[in-house]
Amino acid sequence: MEFLRFATAGSVDDGKSTLIGRLLYDTKSIFQDQMESIEATSVQMGNDYTNLALLTDGLRAEREQGITIDVAYRYFATPKRKFIIADTPGHTQYTRNMVTGASTADVALVLVDARHGVVEQSRRHAFLASLLRIPHLVVCVNKMDLIDYDEKAFTAVKEEFRSFAMKLDISDLTFIPVSALHGDNVVERSINMPWYEGSSLLHHLEEVHIASDRNHIDARFPVQYVIRPQSDEHHDYRGYAGTIAGGVFKPDDEVMVLPSGFTSKISSIDSFDGPVSEAFGPMAVTMRLTDDIDVSRGDMICRPNNQPTSSQDLQAMVCWMSETSPLSPRMKLALKHTTRSSRVMVTDLQYRIDVNTLHREENPESLTLNEIGRVSLRSTQPLFFDEYRRNRNTGSFILLDEVTNATVAAGIIVGSGT
Amino acid sequence: MSITTYELNHLDHLEAEAIHIFREVAAEFEHPCLMFSGGKDSIVMLHLAAKAFWPARLPFPVMHVDTGHNFPEVLAFRDQRVQELDARLVVASVQKSIDEGKVVEETGPRASRNRLQTTTLLDAIEEHRFDALFGGARRDEEKARAKERVYSFRDDFGQWDPKNQRPELWNLYNGRIRQGEHIRVFPISNWTELDIWQYIARENVEIPQVYFAHERPVFSRDGMWLADSEFVTRAEDEVVVTRKVRYRTVGDMSCTGAVESEAETLEQIIEEVSATRITERGATRADDRVSEAAMEDRKKEGYF
Repeated sequence: MEFLRFATAGSVDDGKSTLIGRLLYDTKSIFQDQMESIEATSVQMGNDYTNLALLTDGLRAEREQGITIDVAYRYFATPKRKFIIADTPGHTQYTRNMVTGASTADVALVLVDARHGVVEQSRRHAFLASLLRIPHLVVCVNKMDLIDYDEKAFTAVKEEFRSFAMKLDISDLTFIPVSALHGDNVVERSINMPWYEGSSLLHHLEEVHIASDRNHIDARFPVQYVIRPQSDEHHDYRGYAGTIAGGVFKPDDEVMVLPSGFTSKISSIDSFDGPVSEAFGPMAVTMRLTDDIDVSRGDMICRPNNQPTSSQDLQAMVCWMSETSPLSPRMKLALKHTTRSSRVMVTDLQYRIDVNTLHREENPESLTLNEIGRVSLRSTQPLFFDEYRRNRNTGSFILLDEVTNATVAAGIIVGSGT
Repeated sequence: MSITTYELNHLDHLEAEAIHIFREVAAEFEHPCLMFSGGKDSIVMLHLAAKAFWPARLPFPVMHVDTGHNFPEVLAFRDQRVQELDARLVVASVQKSIDEGKVVEETGPRASRNRLQTTTLLDAIEEHRFDALFGGARRDEEKARAKERVYSFRDDFGQWDPKNQRPELWNLYNGRIRQGEHIRVFPISNWTELDIWQYIARENVEIPQVYFAHERPVFSRDGMWLADSEFVTRAEDEVVVTRKVRYRTVGDMSCTGAVESEAETLEQIIEEVSATRITERGATRADDRVSEAAMEDRKKEGYF
């Protein structure tokens, strides 16, 4: 069975929690004791109906305030696929939580209230989905029941969204008219909207083709850990353990190790269950090379004729996540990229992007919490990367505050050089 | 796994993610440690850790926080597994914490050592200078856990601050901590109960017999079957009967309930788990029933 990760974003009123609740409920993924517990809590809180949001809003503070603060992960399965939902809050003030949930998603789900059309929040969600290169975007036009399942209204939302999405980098865009409250087009096709010829949301999630979203062309293997058993049985064993970050590796492949530039051949790809004939992402394997060369954590194994960019200077989009200090030029930070850690300096802050209007403000002084901007970074040592749009694994990084140790930015590499 | 299409099935995917996390922690921390309870989740964890570092031994010890109220079968199983893997075992004893006067034993019919474990655990972390502790918690178990990161940061007091968690992006984990702080690491965060059982079946992982249906003297409390043992004080109306039961979770004998079951094989367990309408903690854990946010409150104090 295949795995699909999808991220949802929304605020209190657009029916996001109801939609997730509906998906879970109709696929029989809500357990009896969970249901009883939220029914009791709903009564206690004085709600008129069972509040399905309580399923995901598990923290005391979230229940007290009736909002989603942090990403919640939910799991359900159908006979076709296993699903992980990253349920994230929708407000601007929680952009960083949205980015967190979206970073690993295959599909992004954006909700639009059919009565209100495309609002600021829908635009922001679509922009973040495109920035993070979530390969598939599904727009659920919700609350169709409140506009008499009107096809014209749906088409209007669709066109409005499309014209905005033209400015973005979105390859697969799907629109589904739904009523989360009544279940129209969520799990089953709706009988109230005979004019809609597409699939229900669940059917779409089961069928959307994600196998080719992963990069199987550029062979990339960041060395994570060196395995040296130091036992009598495996006295001379020296294996390079890691997770395939791109492409396909096979025994006998000629490879190059960066930064040394030495070339060698793969003698075997090992796993606990025996030798592996082909390794591809995201398999976690151990590689052995025919030559005894110096390889350690943070090195990158690739092909001599297909290497990542090796540079100390990178161009990136960053989403700033620190509550305490803003990002500004000359700032020094710790960086983690693949298995490599380094220190970087912000050499330039080119522009800040307004996530609601996509307007670029050139040469701002700083980026504060939840702001997104384009920066140049200079690293103390070379990094081996690809553009994020080509490979999410070798094109992403995080920045850490060297004093507080907090994770202060998510970074997406758009190029090299200054 | 299908080679031609370059797709991994969901168990391979989950396994690869867990192995990646084990290796990342082993590479970046000085004194990691794997918390082992003898429960099915920690047994799977041990299996995954063995895979991650094969053919080398585990590069960290295995720690058991021993409440003194364990199922004897589970203790025997623990010792056998540790020996097979040639791993180092550290036992942190709740009884010792009681004897040393660091915690006070609860009394009465509902007495449990569940909460006392936190002190014993935090003392052991300090004594052994552990900076990263692997735990087998899963996000599908409980709503507070659904919010927890893979790397869960703990301050000097071992406390969890749910409102101030570090964002966790892609598979890039932030392992920076200061002296005295530590992280809890949950490599099987994304697994469900069913995934665990399917994996145990696929990998032929050995598990203690208490997980399979067996006859046992039990008594009913709060709608759960508790094992009659020297560790539990029964009220007068709590009558012991023999029932065919199995355990869905294995913790302390004093607070882990059994469920009536006929499932004697892994296949039957998988069938039973697929059909169940009650969550495993809901069915079997008295410790979660204290309040709506019982787990969140205990976690803030430094619980697993």
